Amino acid sequence: MVTDDHQGAPLLTASGVVKHFPGAKALDGVDLDVYPGEVHCLLGQNGAGKSTLIKVLAGAHKPDAGVITWQGQEVSFATPVAALRAGIATMYQELDVVDGLTVAENIFLGNEVSVAGFTQRSAVHARTREMLKRLGHSNISPTTEVEQLSAAGKQVVSMARALSHDAKLIIMDEPSAVLDSEEVANLFRVVKDLAANGIAVIYISHRLEEIRQIGDRLTVLKDGKTVASGLRVSETPTSQVIALMTGHEGTLEFPPRTSAAFGETVLSVRDLALDGVFSDVSFDVRAGEIVGLAGLVGSGRSEIIETIYGARRATSGQVLVSGKPVAKGNVAAAVAQGMGFCPEERKTQGLLMEESVGRNITLSIYTRLARFGFVDDVAELAVAREQVAKLGIVPSDPEREARTLSGGNQQKILLGRWLAHGTKVLFLDEPTRGVDVGARAEAYQLIRDLAASGVALVVVSSELEEVLGLADQVLVIAEGRVVHVAKAADINEHQILDLIVEGTPA
Amino acid sequence: MSAQVSVAPSKAKRRMPPSVTRNLGLVIAFLVICLIGYITAGSRFGSVDNLMTILRLAAIVGVVSIGQCFVITSGGIDLSVGSMLGLATVWATTGATQYYANQTTWLLMVFVALVVGVAGGILNGILVAYGKIIPFMATLALLVAAKGLAEWIANRQTQIIKVPGFEQFFSVDPLGIPVIVWIFALVAGAGWLLYNRTTFGRRTIGIGGNLEATRLAGIKTDRHIVMLYALSGLTVGIAAVMMMGRTMAGTSTHGNLYEMDAIAAVVVGGTLLRGGRGTIFGTVIGVLIFTTLTNIFTQNNLPLSVQQIAKGAIIVGAVLLQQYIAQRKTA
Repeated sequence: MVTDDHQGAPLLTASGVVKHFPGAKALDGVDLDVYPGEVHCLLGQNGAGKSTLIKVLAGAHKPDAGVITWQGQEVSFATPVAALRAGIATMYQELDVVDGLTVAENIFLGNEVSVAGFTQRSAVHARTREMLKRLGHSNISPTTEVEQLSAAGKQVVSMARALSHDAKLIIMDEPSAVLDSEEVANLFRVVKDLAANGIAVIYISHRLEEIRQIGDRLTVLKDGKTVASGLRVSETPTSQVIALMTGHEGTLEFPPRTSAAFGETVLSVRDLALDGVFSDVSFDVRAGEIVGLAGLVGSGRSEIIETIYGARRATSGQVLVSGKPVAKGNVAAAVAQGMGFCPEERKTQGLLMEESVGRNITLSIYTRLARFGFVDDVAELAVAREQVAKLGIVPSDPEREARTLSGGNQQKILLGRWLAHGTKVLFLDEPTRGVDVGARAEAYQLIRDLAASGVALVVVSSELEEVLGLADQVLVIAEGRVVHVAKAADINEHQILDLIVEGTPA
Repeated sequence: MSAQVSVAPSKAKRRMPPSVTRNLGLVIAFLVICLIGYITAGSRFGSVDNLMTILRLAAIVGVVSIGQCFVITSGGIDLSVGSMLGLATVWATTGATQYYANQTTWLLMVFVALVVGVAGGILNGILVAYGKIIPFMATLALLVAAKGLAEWIANRQTQIIKVPGFEQFFSVDPLGIPVIVWIFALVAGAGWLLYNRTTFGRRTIGIGGNLEATRLAGIKTDRHIVMLYALSGLTVGIAAVMMMGRTMAGTSTHGNLYEMDAIAAVVVGGTLLRGGRGTIFGTVIGVLIFTTLTNIFTQNNLPLSVQQIAKGAIIVGAVLLQQYIAQRKTA
């Protein structure tokens, strides 16, 4: 199936694609070329820009710069419909099928075969059957309501819809995420079949072993840039792929460690488990210490800190702050006992985007700022100003709406919230996600300063270099288990990579 | 870091409450409507008597709208207010209650009305916060059930209030202003304070603006949601007392379609239906716009049907305006 050289012209090329969002640069020079009949894997950590890239290719976002050619012609798709007409179909992660409609109705949605407004049911059903057969799923009836299908069935419907548009390129965003292993095998069969028929597939997945099974070539995105484009899967070892996804090759600078001794144990995690996600997680964090969790997306690293924080309810195990047990699955109790959390998704989990910077900072301490329930505005503004000045939030106006600030400054608002609260244990999930590389040094310094002031920190990052550069102690996470614990000084990126690869079935 | 210029907080902006500056357009719209009233109906419209008529008309639905404003700001909706109001008046005027509530202890009736209102609200809140039922459905269920319960208790009869102290209390007009208007003013004032000055108000805005972020900031969001619907229920109870004071009767048809009037007033007032931003001041103006309009139509002897068409047009216009402003902000 993998031809040694792709004869003929590429189906799709993208070069130098740039896409800005307010406060963040999502794509910063992406190159990609896709040939007919190949399965091209697109890899990258969360936030690397994969979703933005496929939205640009699918016509949902307009790029700010860069050239996209389709079948040799420069194109600019104004809408998803235009891209679809041209032959690019996208299967989004959240399957975009309508539950209340039948299989056939879904496949021809927006493309109905009708005479004088009446849908031609028999013709549609015949064509649907034909397409389902082509996808190896003649067992699905065109008249079944989609609601009754499994996730795999819905995916087949989504694929059939792509075929109904005579798609030449199908983009699949993590199609295997919702499937069990048998269904995945079926999916692979279908994908290979599509490729054999000359249809190109852009396949996105976090599961590296899948790439090995199905991919012809791969492209890796990082921080909105292509760090490797069009590598042959058969010639690229898994460790190299992980290195490309996680490494920075020494481009980041970290403030030097101070040799201050750590204080008492603040956070103790004992045999914590969340069914089906992670198990047997135990570690301690002392005052002033930074513990880093290193692992790939899906390894359970984010879920571990969310569970400690009470945002998820642990199946078993215990969390103690300064020796006192914390109630399970209760964020309010965790916060009351001194925990704070800066989530990975600032927009959806962290900030009230339309509220002021100041009110975002004081969100966790309204009660403290109030007498008989009435908030003391003067005291509130004073707290906000103090944190804005301390953290160097720009612009330095606490009354600005949070959404108008850059990613780095939004992150500082969250830090300010927990500083104002007097948090003893702070969890940082991807602290530099969406933060310009240039602004990272400042973020790292802030994190170190926090530790120096006696806060116990737990940092999760997709970037091994960041974990190693910040943390005193590193926990390597793979497949929901802590596979190794080491002092940051005693371990390097390659050793961590090996541990991750070992712990991840590939 | 991006090259954003540091903007010093402007002192002048802080003097005027943001709720006033944000509602300037609304106030102007209200004044225009008053002007139309004065032009078409002259001094009949402009008299103090008529002003009191408008305020009396606005008072009951106004109180309900204050509670509704909190619920909508939190991203929810309370459809049950109208029929809960009817139920509260029926329950408070049952023979048994009236028997025990005599001249000196008619407060028992008030108590029953408030308890019924709050209990309904708590039920709504529990269904929404812990039952994870969408607010529209949870409160729609109570709308239907409360109506049925009220009819059942009252046996579809109007229950006349024969408690003399109660009648007396509502028939005095301190400073020439009816008691129910005083109550509306107090509730609106308390609502404004609660919304703008307390932790309760802040949390409500937080929940409407970003439920997940507010929860992760350590706020007990589920409990707060129950309290929000209970607050809406409390305003329903107060409105039920006012309704009994005005009509000296309890019946299941009291409060009919008040949910629609309240939601319309809140949204026209500038509170976002998706939550996160609300205004008590705007809600009061929203109520006044609708009642003044009704008054103008009555003064000019125009039929009720025309009035309803005009109401519909105003709702559409206000929502279009809101969306336009929201779009301009995000663009």
